[in-house]
Amino acid sequence: MLSVNTVLAVCLGYVVLLFAVAFIVDRRTRTRRLGWLNSPVVYTLSISIYCTSWTFYGAVGSAARNGLEFVAIYLGPTLVFVGWWWCLRKLVRIGRAHRITSIADLISSRYGKSSSLAVLVTVIALIATTPYIALQLQSLTRSYQVIAGESDGVATAFWIAAGMALFTILFGTRNLDANERHQGVVAAIAVEAVVKLFALLAVGVFAAWSLADGFTDIFADVPAEVVVGAGEVFGARWVVLTFLSATAIICLPRQFQVTVVENIDERHLSTASWLFPLYLFGMTLFIMPIAIVGLKVMPAGANPDLFVLTLPLSAERHELALLAFLGGFSSATSMVIVATIAVSTMLSNHIVMPIALRVLAAGRAVSGDVRALLLVSRRVCIGVILGLGFLYFRLSGGSDALAAIGLIAFVGVAQFLPSLLGGIFWRGGTRTGAACGLLAGFALWAYTLFLPSFGGDVILSPEVLRDGPAGIAALRPQALLGLDGLDPLVHAVVWSVGVNALAFVVVSSLTRPGALERLQATVFVDVYRAAGGAPSSVLVGTAASEDLFLLARRILGDGFARSLFDEMAAAQGRSGGLPDPTDAVIGRLERELSGSIGAASAHALVNRIADRQSLGMTELIDIADESQQMIEAAHEFAEKSAELERTAVQLRAANERLRALDAQKDEFLGQLSHELRTPMTSIRSFSEILMDEEGVPDQERRRFVSIINEESQRLTRLLDELLDISRLEGGSIDLRLETIGVPEAIGKALDAIAGTTRDAGVTVTADPGRAGLRVESNPDRLRQVLINLLSNAVKYNPAPQPEIRVSVNENGSMVDIDVADNGGGVTHAEAAMIFEKFARGDRSDRSYGVGLGLPISRAIMRAMNGDLTVEFAPDGTSFFRIRMPRADP
Amino acid sequence: MAKRVLLAEDETNIAVSIAFLLERAGFEVTVENDGRKALDSVMANAPDVVVLDVMLPGLDGYEILHRLRADRRGASLPVLMLTAKGQREDREMALKCGADLFMTKPFSNAEIVSAVRRLADGAPD
Repeated sequence: MLSVNTVLAVCLGYVVLLFAVAFIVDRRTRTRRLGWLNSPVVYTLSISIYCTSWTFYGAVGSAARNGLEFVAIYLGPTLVFVGWWWCLRKLVRIGRAHRITSIADLISSRYGKSSSLAVLVTVIALIATTPYIALQLQSLTRSYQVIAGESDGVATAFWIAAGMALFTILFGTRNLDANERHQGVVAAIAVEAVVKLFALLAVGVFAAWSLADGFTDIFADVPAEVVVGAGEVFGARWVVLTFLSATAIICLPRQFQVTVVENIDERHLSTASWLFPLYLFGMTLFIMPIAIVGLKVMPAGANPDLFVLTLPLSAERHELALLAFLGGFSSATSMVIVATIAVSTMLSNHIVMPIALRVLAAGRAVSGDVRALLLVSRRVCIGVILGLGFLYFRLSGGSDALAAIGLIAFVGVAQFLPSLLGGIFWRGGTRTGAACGLLAGFALWAYTLFLPSFGGDVILSPEVLRDGPAGIAALRPQALLGLDGLDPLVHAVVWSVGVNALAFVVVSSLTRPGALERLQATVFVDVYRAAGGAPSSVLVGTAASEDLFLLARRILGDGFARSLFDEMAAAQGRSGGLPDPTDAVIGRLERELSGSIGAASAHALVNRIADRQSLGMTELIDIADESQQMIEAAHEFAEKSAELERTAVQLRAANERLRALDAQKDEFLGQLSHELRTPMTSIRSFSEILMDEEGVPDQERRRFVSIINEESQRLTRLLDELLDISRLEGGSIDLRLETIGVPEAIGKALDAIAGTTRDAGVTVTADPGRAGLRVESNPDRLRQVLINLLSNAVKYNPAPQPEIRVSVNENGSMVDIDVADNGGGVTHAEAAMIFEKFARGDRSDRSYGVGLGLPISRAIMRAMNGDLTVEFAPDGTSFFRIRMPRADP
Repeated sequence: MAKRVLLAEDETNIAVSIAFLLERAGFEVTVENDGRKALDSVMANAPDVVVLDVMLPGLDGYEILHRLRADRRGASLPVLMLTAKGQREDREMALKCGADLFMTKPFSNAEIVSAVRRLADGAPD
């Protein structure tokens, strides 16, 4: 056992070294002095993140328990790199050509840039990666406990997770390169790859030649536990493991990241195709010897998963143990960092950003703020992913349940395989097919492998695991439809990947891809041809009709092309599908296309498809895209001029309105002048009479003085009213609303005007409403309005026996007070204008010099959430109606 | 014989003051407070001078003047128009309709009396 301080110091020094490497490389990348970094060796070493701590510690454990089975995990990738490197090359080419940022991006791009597929892949990747990260935290924590003595595992795991989050945020999100490359991180990982290989080789050499006497000695006496070369080796589980690991080297988000996204030169792949298998060979060379020696040397019951660390420790070789610890540390951190970068890119690009951009104001989407937002979202996602990993570690209690997680994650990401391979090798794959396959595979994976891995603790209870949900044996998670007696892993792979691939192929065959899907299918599947510029001949026979339709759709638009082709198919007596490419069909299509792109182009395009001359599909689509763009531009132009036209109309209308307002203002000023000059005329004239005229009798003088007084008051009142209405209309007056009783308000107004009505001999009939009826209003202002209406009714009532009737009506949430008189009211024409300022009724007896009374009253009522209107009774007579909101009881 | 003035004015107080001033100046004044009655009165009584307010109920001042000028009896009748609006368009409108003089309220007493006197003196018998 080593002192905690030594271990921490060495770790810290190592981390500082990694930081320095990442920092220097990042800077050299920015100054474009890549030098040795632009080397296929660095690329190959970065791919070695395939070997996580699960390899570093777990492979020995696996060998100690299951013999050669662990080899399958490294055989798959070896087979892919040696035998399938052309598949990787195609992925790399597509990734570079289309600036692919993640496996989710690739799958969504291939299937018509579908955002829902991207989300689906991202979710699966996140769910499959989180436990994998937890596994790394666990192995780091355990190895730390072994080398530095027991400590608080949870706290250790937390600091490890936090440290890795810091590193990943610092070097994974320093900038947003358009192609999402992180040279600094890749370089640090390459260093870690060398360290872990060196450490494992060192322990291996130590075990083989220090603790034993070479390979011959070791294999001469193999313990019974290690079943070398047993019949199981080439059994179903072995085949499935090989298949899974082969799949994982392509489909794991982190492998996709280093192999495809971080690739800076396609030629590096050819070096990797032999160097990476060699690296794997180096990593596995001493697994078996270490396991056998460990079993012999270590006390019974020692955990073989930690032999790599405990062997040197037990021999007091502390420096070797420390090196082994650093190797394990390197394996775990490199995996976690790259996996976090890969998954956070997906999470941020396909889930967070689309939501954020939709939520944020559209204006921000075009500004530079999005880059900042994207960086923040990346960083938060990194934190979230590591947080989830830590949480998973914490909840699983660091139990042995984690051990199987590597394989569970492999099966999870294997669900990407059908859509991925189908996408780059088969044009027929459709978005719906991919989505169905992914969903089915994901669901089956979760049901048959992921959830049962919790041993009945999460969602699926132990009873369900044993007897199936609701006791239906056919639905037992680990023996679906009675497929019994298989290894659970084999069972899950057969079901999930099998159904996934089947659903993908069957649904793809049944569904019709959209235009964009077809285009993407072509450019993905034919990536070499497109890149080389060699024209690909259009397929003969059945393809012709479809190609014609595709062409028509890109030029004429989807709806029109569809109806055109349906019509032509119907003319040929078909009930559905596409018409045969007869001369009539081709001629018709050519005519239709001529309308959009001109006769010559239409002829050339259609003939080249119909006559199968060798014009590349890509070129055809390019031409079609250009015309589509021109049509769109023309359409846009037409829209613009229509918009201009609309703007002009609006401007004219606004101008008219302004002119009308201007005339209205002149009219108002004229009226105002009249209202002001009239009393001033009397005042001036009578005061001049009093000053200049002689011999005016005293009685006359007194009368004239009282006229002057009366007209002065009229002038003052007018000015008050003017100020009042301008404040009311400007909204600068605050009418404090209170709950007031309607009968009381009417009573007060009637009292105030009682003198006037008595003098004028007017009979007032009032029905002031039920007691307790309340409204929200300002009592003073309401009384002002009521008095205005009542005094108008007194003043302008020509009836010989004038009467006024006041009544109250409840009208839902509103209360109406109606004021009517028997003077006949106003005409419809007058009703339309009496609320204008200084309106004068056209009456022969006396001009309607009501001035501002009614406009003020209306403004008051409206400011109090009510209204003042003229209403007409069925008999044609008019009355005034005050409307106010009822107070809630 | 005193010259007769028809005063068409609906503002009672103004009518009182103008009538007072013109009577003191020796005119015989008839007051009408409605446009239609004023026109009838002019047609029936043929006053020497008409003092006509623009804003009148019934018929407005311009309309009365227009009808007077279109009639043999009122074609050359001297007319003084009064307006309280005081805008340039009113003066132009009044002169276009055939007013002899135009005055904006408030006026000075001396001004209105001398204007009526001038119109009365220049009026053909």
